[in-house]
Amino acid sequence: MGPLRVLVADDEAGIRHGIARALRHFTLRLPVVEDEIRFEVQAVDSGEAALEQIAAAPPDILLLDHKMGGITGIDVLEQLRDKSLDMLVVMITAFATIETAVRATKCGAFDFIAKPFTPEELKETLRKTASHLLAQRQARKLAEEKRRVRFDFIRVLGHELKAPLGAIENYLYLIKAHQAGPDVAAYDEFVDRCMARAEGMRKLIADLLDLTRIESGQKQRDLAEVHLGDIARGCVEAMQPAAAQRNISVHLESEGELLLTGDRGELEIILNNLVSNAVKYNRDGGSVHVRLQGEPDRILIEVADTGIGLAPEDAARLFHDFVRIRNEATRHVLGSGLGLSIVRKIAQLYDGTVGVESQPDAGSTFRVSLSRSKPSR
Amino acid sequence: MAHNILLVDDDVDYLTAMRLQLESAGYHVTAVESVAAAHEALKTLTPDAAVVDLMINEPDDGFIMCHFLKKHHPSVPVILVTAVTSETGLDFDASTKEERAWIKADVVLAKPVRFEQLERELSRLGVEA
Repeated sequence: MGPLRVLVADDEAGIRHGIARALRHFTLRLPVVEDEIRFEVQAVDSGEAALEQIAAAPPDILLLDHKMGGITGIDVLEQLRDKSLDMLVVMITAFATIETAVRATKCGAFDFIAKPFTPEELKETLRKTASHLLAQRQARKLAEEKRRVRFDFIRVLGHELKAPLGAIENYLYLIKAHQAGPDVAAYDEFVDRCMARAEGMRKLIADLLDLTRIESGQKQRDLAEVHLGDIARGCVEAMQPAAAQRNISVHLESEGELLLTGDRGELEIILNNLVSNAVKYNRDGGSVHVRLQGEPDRILIEVADTGIGLAPEDAARLFHDFVRIRNEATRHVLGSGLGLSIVRKIAQLYDGTVGVESQPDAGSTFRVSLSRSKPSR
Repeated sequence: MAHNILLVDDDVDYLTAMRLQLESAGYHVTAVESVAAAHEALKTLTPDAAVVDLMINEPDDGFIMCHFLKKHHPSVPVILVTAVTSETGLDFDASTKEERAWIKADVVLAKPVRFEQLERELSRLGVEA
C-alpha cells in the first residue's frame, strides 16, 4: 500500500511545518491492513488553494484550519460536501467552540484537533482517522464484491432457466410443424427430451429454494436428535429405482454411534445430493458405497462411486455455485450446478467440512464430516 | 449443392432442434457441442456459414470461436447466438462496423432464436438452402 496522502490547509507556516515534521517518519500499524502505513504531507496556506489542490488530486486526509485569510474551513467543507470524495477531514481549530464543532460536523468533518497540539496528539488523531478511512474503504470493497457475486449468480441463473425453456419451445415448434412426419411415435424422443428438461428446471428451482433458505437463515431450523443411519437408508431406498434402471448397485454400511443434533431436512439434502450424484455420474453396471462412521465428536459420511471421476483442477471448484463439469462424459447428464454448493453450505452449519477424492474414469469419493452437537447459524 | 452450416452449441436439445429444422429447410448441417469438436470439424470442412453460441463451456467461448473463424476462414459468415444480452443488460450487437470489428460476427441474435429468424439472417448473408 502506498502512503496516505495528507493535505494541510493552514495559514500559519509554523503549523504547516510542524505537521510535516511530525509525520515525516511516522508509521502506523492497523489491524485492517497488512502493510505499515506511512504518510505523505502536502501543505497549502489558504482555503482556496486547498480546493484547487483537492480538485487536482484529492488527498486521503485533509487537515483543515478553520480560520484562514480568505474563505474559512467551514466554507471549504461546504464546497466539498456534495462531491462525495473518498477523503476524511479533520478540523484544526484555535477555539474549539461547540458551535464550530457542530457546524463542521454537519458539513462532514470527521474529527477535530485543537491548537496548540503536540505531535503525539496529532499522531493519535491521524491513527483514528486513518483507521476509520481504511475500514470504510474495506467495507465498501466488500459490499461491491457482494453485489458482484449476486449479479453473477443472477446472470447465470437467468441463463440456466432460459436454456431448458428454449429447448422445450424448440421441440414444441418441431412437433407443431409436424417436422418428423405423420407417425406419432416419431415424436416420442422430442417429448421425452421436453420432459427431461422440464424436470431439470424443476430440480433447479427446488435447489434454488433450498439455497435461499439456507442463506437467508429465515427458515426455522427443526433441531432434534436424529439418526443419520435412518436418513441414509431412506435416501438409498429412494434412489434404488433410478439406480436399478442402469444396473447400478447402491450399498449402505455404517459403523459407530450415528445420532446427532440436527435438522432432518438439511441432512436429507446432503445425503440425497451425494447419493444421486453418485448414481448420475456412474457408469452402467457400476456401484455406489455409502459409508457412515460415528466418531466421538463427529460423523463422517463417505459416498464412493465407480463413475467417470474428475480431473484435479475440476475438483477444486466443484463445490461452488453453478459449477458443472462439462465434458464428453457429462454432456447428457442434467444438473442444476447447485447441489454440491448446497451440501457445502449445509455442512458449514454443522461445523463441517466437504471434500472429494477422484480419479478420472475410475470414480470419486465424496466425504462430508459433521459435528455431532454444534449446529450453528 | 446445398449449403453447409456449422452449428456450435453445448445445449444438445437446442442443437438437435436447430439441426432438424435447418435440414428440413434443405441445408446440410454439421452440429457440434464443443469448441474442440468445432475445430476438429473445421479441419476437413469449410462451411458456408457458422452459427455459434456465446456461452459454450466458458462464458466467452463463442467470442473466441468467432475470432478463430474470422481469422482462418474469413469468407465464412458468422452468426453469434447469445442469451447474455438480455440477462446482463450488457448490450451489444453487430449492427455497426465498429462493433463487428471487435465482435467478429456478422450478426448477433438473442436466444431463444426462432428458426425463421435464423433462416432470414442466413439468406440475408447470401446463404440460401
